[in-house]
Amino acid sequence: MSGYVSRYAPRPGTIEPLGGQRQTVSAGATEAVSIELRRIDQTFGPNRVLRGIDLDVPAGQFLAIVGKSGCGKSTLLRLLVGLDRPTSGSLRFADRSGDTVEANARIVFQEPRLLPWARVVDNVAVGLGQDVDENTAHVKALMVLDEVQLLDKADQWPARLSGGQRQRVALARALVSRPGLLVFDEPLGALDALKRITMQQLVSRVWRELGFTAILVTHDVSEAVHLADRVIVLDGGKVALDLDIAAEHPRHHGDPDLAVFERRLLNAILGAD
Amino acid sequence: MTAYDVASDRSPQRRSWVLPAPSARRILLKEFLPYAVPILVVLIWQILSSAGWISTRVMPAPTDVAGAFVDQLLSGALVHNVAVSGARALAGLIVGGTIGLALGIANGISKLSEQLTDTSLQMLRTIPHLAMIPLVILWFGIGEESKLFLTSLGVLFPIYLNTFHGVRNVDRELIEMGRIYGMNGWTLFRKVILPGALPSIFVGLRYALGIMWLTLIVSESIAASSGIGHMANQAREFMMTDVVVLSLLIYAALGKLADVIAKTMERHALSWNPVYQR
Ligand SMILES: Nc1ncnc2c1ncn2[C@@H]1O[C@H](COP(=O)(O)OP(=O)(O)O)[C@@H](O)[C@H]1O
Ligand SMILES: [Mg+2]
Repeated sequence: MSGYVSRYAPRPGTIEPLGGQRQTVSAGATEAVSIELRRIDQTFGPNRVLRGIDLDVPAGQFLAIVGKSGCGKSTLLRLLVGLDRPTSGSLRFADRSGDTVEANARIVFQEPRLLPWARVVDNVAVGLGQDVDENTAHVKALMVLDEVQLLDKADQWPARLSGGQRQRVALARALVSRPGLLVFDEPLGALDALKRITMQQLVSRVWRELGFTAILVTHDVSEAVHLADRVIVLDGGKVALDLDIAAEHPRHHGDPDLAVFERRLLNAILGAD
Repeated sequence: MTAYDVASDRSPQRRSWVLPAPSARRILLKEFLPYAVPILVVLIWQILSSAGWISTRVMPAPTDVAGAFVDQLLSGALVHNVAVSGARALAGLIVGGTIGLALGIANGISKLSEQLTDTSLQMLRTIPHLAMIPLVILWFGIGEESKLFLTSLGVLFPIYLNTFHGVRNVDRELIEMGRIYGMNGWTLFRKVILPGALPSIFVGLRYALGIMWLTLIVSESIAASSGIGHMANQAREFMMTDVVVLSLLIYAALGKLADVIAKTMERHALSWNPVYQR
């Protein structure tokens, strides 16, 4: 993992394979979107899960969401990618000039959700939707597999991959359409410690290279502080703490500045008992 | 890789030509051992028949069965009867299988379709289809329709049940994923639902093949003027036990053949599944 450290300028639509020359993925390149949530409520029967959430996320920001299990993190993410509609409240996406746009939003779940009967490259091509012709889709899928360093697995069945590799394929599938917003729902929860670090570095690298708006739900405060520009704590259906992480990217594990943020976040989560 | 290649980069005491002998013997043993008991049984059977301990009226000697096989083959009767029975089996499988598959998919996808037909199908399923033979003969006589009706009916239910079950149990999360990436209708069906249901559909198919042959044996013995079942039944009237046993063996061989074909198709279609990867 040597090449990623130096690349951090967001360059929408441009990818740079490790050790290779720059390639441009022109078609379908999307600009990062900003998000504006106003008084979002989400109610399931008697259960009012989100209670008037107000949140602004600038385009290109890396936001992490932490909070106890069952506090509504997944519920919020599902609203953001349009899987569910809020009970009430408004949700708006805008491009960098402030015009309202349709967000090309993608989600990576805790489980990779790959089609077991499709080869790795075809699973990635699923991310381009149904309107792209097969050859173009194949070529783009291969390029993104290269970005996540799985080009050599392109023709494998998913069952043959390790858990970490499967999650990288899921990431590639989300990235291939060049999303303006990419949300992660505890994507690393099922991985062991070393694989988590590798995955974190990968997520951080593609975010810096592609410049999309990123929202990461995690139960790991250290992971949140490590990757994000800003961390919010969700509690009782509201934003209980909103913390900017003022530290340079890329960050290193064990950095004492980060430890301070970690402590504040932990206090906010645990203190809310 | 020759022994010389290996020997050149290994220490002399690990020369490769020493190793194959026990492993080759083990492979031979592994291939042969499962057939040891059947071969022994046939041998003893032959010895007892030749010694006159078993009456040929009860059981023909293996050599008599082999002789009957040659006779029937040379007269052309065997080929004709096998072709007739095979065609009946295939027709029943296609008709019953198509109906079962279509109903299984429809009811797996559509709640309305399920509400409309599932209970009726479950009720029909409880009737043993072979018990309908008298009725079927009254309806169709002993023509081809009666065999087609019975085999189709027998094949329909296992295929229906397993297809329905397979479609219903396709991973919800995969379907949601497909929807997120813009799949719907036919695309979602083709790329997610059908492949997800396929392992279960194959279970239904292999189960249906067993029922298909069983139905055919019974209905050909009772209501047919050609086919292997008819051949066996006619031989019974003339006390030709060798032809009766030959018919049994041919049914067994056809059943095995059908299962091997289905297994091969299954392994090919489900090669993504770790269970079928070798
Ligand atoms: N579709 C749903 N129907 C009913 N209740 C739901 C639904 N989705 C989530 N909930 C409830 O909302 C609460 C928050 O769930 P979730 O957002 O998954 O929490 P988490 O923060 O762990 O991701 C839980 O109490 C859960 O039971
Ligand atoms: Mg969750």
